[in-house]
Amino acid sequence: MLEISNLHAKVDGKDILRGLSLSVKTGEVHAIMGPNGSGKSTLANVIAGRPGYEVTAGSITYLGKDLLALEAEQRAREGIFLGFQYPVEIPGVSNIYLLKAAVNAVRKHRGEQELDAIDFLALVREKVKIMQMNEQMLYRAVNEGFSGGEKKRNEILQMLMLEPKLAVLDETDSGLDIDALKVVAEGVNRLRAPDRAIVLVTHYQRLLNYIEPDYVHVLAKGRIARSGGKELAQELETRGYGWIETEAAAQRSGAMT
Amino acid sequence: MSVVAVKSAATGFYAARFADLRTRLPGHGLAWLDAARERALRAFEQLGFPTTRDEAWKYSNLALLERRQYAPVSVAAPADPALVVPHDVCGGYLLVFINGQFSAPLSRLPQGTHIGSLGQALQQNPGALRGDIENAPLTHGVAALSVALFADGASIQLAAGTQFSAPIHLLFLSTHADCMISPLNVIVLGEGSTATVIEHYAGVAELPYWSNASTRIRLQANATLEHINVLQESAKAYHTGSITVDQASGSRYNSHSIALGGLFGRKDIGVRLAAEQAQCSLNGLYVTTGREHIDFHTCVDHLVAHGTSREFFKGVLSGASRAVFNGKVVVHPDAQQTDAQQSNKNLLLSEDAEIDTKPQLEIFADDVKCSHGATIGQLDESHVFYLRARGLSEQAARNVLTYAFCEDIIAQLPVEPLRKHLNQALLARLPDGDRLTELI
Ligand SMILES: Nc1ncnc2c1ncn2[C@@H]1O[C@H](COP(=O)(O)OP(=O)(O)OP(=O)(O)O)[C@@H](O)[C@H]1O
Ligand SMILES: [Mg+2]
Repeated sequence: MLEISNLHAKVDGKDILRGLSLSVKTGEVHAIMGPNGSGKSTLANVIAGRPGYEVTAGSITYLGKDLLALEAEQRAREGIFLGFQYPVEIPGVSNIYLLKAAVNAVRKHRGEQELDAIDFLALVREKVKIMQMNEQMLYRAVNEGFSGGEKKRNEILQMLMLEPKLAVLDETDSGLDIDALKVVAEGVNRLRAPDRAIVLVTHYQRLLNYIEPDYVHVLAKGRIARSGGKELAQELETRGYGWIETEAAAQRSGAMT
Repeated sequence: MSVVAVKSAATGFYAARFADLRTRLPGHGLAWLDAARERALRAFEQLGFPTTRDEAWKYSNLALLERRQYAPVSVAAPADPALVVPHDVCGGYLLVFINGQFSAPLSRLPQGTHIGSLGQALQQNPGALRGDIENAPLTHGVAALSVALFADGASIQLAAGTQFSAPIHLLFLSTHADCMISPLNVIVLGEGSTATVIEHYAGVAELPYWSNASTRIRLQANATLEHINVLQESAKAYHTGSITVDQASGSRYNSHSIALGGLFGRKDIGVRLAAEQAQCSLNGLYVTTGREHIDFHTCVDHLVAHGTSREFFKGVLSGASRAVFNGKVVVHPDAQQTDAQQSNKNLLLSEDAEIDTKPQLEIFADDVKCSHGATIGQLDESHVFYLRARGLSEQAARNVLTYAFCEDIIAQLPVEPLRKHLNQALLARLPDGDRLTELI
């Protein structure tokens, strides 16, 4: 579904991703871990097509297409969803308007009819219930004054409405209390399907107890330094990242000589 | 050709038109009114057209207006209801003025009240209007010209205690090229009365014309006026207008200025809080495109203690358009415990657009609460990306955010159908904005 090969990317003239390769197949859940500043959010933003993230080498293929040739909105309409690490507050734009505009943009792209007001409301109510959110939140401005946890729930609500094929969730678990974590995990698990894939960026093993990954990758200094099964996350929990970074550095210098 | 020569040519042109017209202007023969017109004309002749050398007109150039000659005759237009329908957007009562002339057949007037055309009011009860006309604002040369030449306008005189819930819509429609209309509106609310008045200027598509309006408002104790002034002038039209407001104790003046069209617009709004516990709020929104120019000059005078004023103007500028905001608050020595806030926020959507904003506080009292501020910015690109990441096209994302920026000013308009109309008009000013109709 998603093939990233030897990806190099710059932000503000600074090299952040340096030869990253990753292959995600339909039905899979991948967890991406790694120290602060290693490039996890950069990867997520490059996948979503954020302006200012300049790919200098390598390629990304999504469902057989050259992803890098698509604008951000085209990627979204083709089924890519980015759950933001820091969802922005947008005064004056109501949550419900955004949801409706987003759902209809995707439907239109697929050649489907736009949802009428009644069907849309029924759908959104169902999803709000899953996320155990207050319906009033639909009528507030997007994320405005939402608590950290509420913003993350709101991201997952949007994801459930859009039913993406590939969800890249950037630290959606950060800042959640224990109950909220379960709710968010439940939301994500509902999306799991043989024809979809999920990439979870996280710092915590705990999320992975609720959403079991098929693969765990460690990102260090802009590339995947190590990949493994879910037991890798447990190992990281006890050992930290130091040993991987040392290993990776040794490998690199070995490769160079 | 020197600037002075141009100036006197234009001044001479309008003075000559005044001489031709004076005996046919409403109220002719009333000695006090003839004198007031003469006084206004002399003020115009002395002041001439403002130039960019005048501090208050530094950024707003009337040279092109001055060069072109607009006929201050009101051209009688057929009472064609089809003209009015697209602008009849408030419900309630309607006073229609076509090319400056009141049209009774196109209007909907309340029975048994003192709401109607100024021309008629001058026939029925001129004495009641005398003070207000004599004190009509001669803020600058063209304002003085407007008073000298006023050919009609609205007269709204509410008796004490009258509660008018239906909006009163004053529609000034220009349908004739190279005309100058000079309406004078007099609005007096008696003690404890309330009303909502919409002063709405609109014109036929691409016509060049000049609206030169004066509005005089007096609020007696505890009266409340919602005053919405809407500029939807044609793409080639000039609008110059002055509004002056005198407020008695406990009165409230809520003004909403919405500018959504016109080649050149200049509004002077002056409010005098002359008695205790009076409150005013001046809100505004200007959305300019192309080569449009809009200029709001407001001045709130706090003359006595315990007054409250709020001012909140927003602007969205695209193309090579230009806006000027000058908001002055003067707190006079006796005006202790004044509470004044002012803000002007601008969104620049293009590099060629330009805003000159100047919030101005002049405080001569020591125990006051005053704040002011101005911002100029662009759309937040992280917001644009967030919306695009949810599937909205880049243009749609920008439009949604632009609309969101304006939304709170429109939301405060107390007339629901007008809000709808202005929302549509606002969206129509954004590229592909008409596709966002589900927003509203
Ligand atoms: N606009 C920018 N200009 C310069 N450097 C940037 C910019 N954006 C990100 N970076 C740098 O890129 C590096 C990777 O950032 P990124 O946000 O991808 O890290 P991360 O792995 O998501 O970290 P965290 O776990 O803290 O979220 C960091 O060193 C960061 O400072
Ligand atoms: Mg990050």
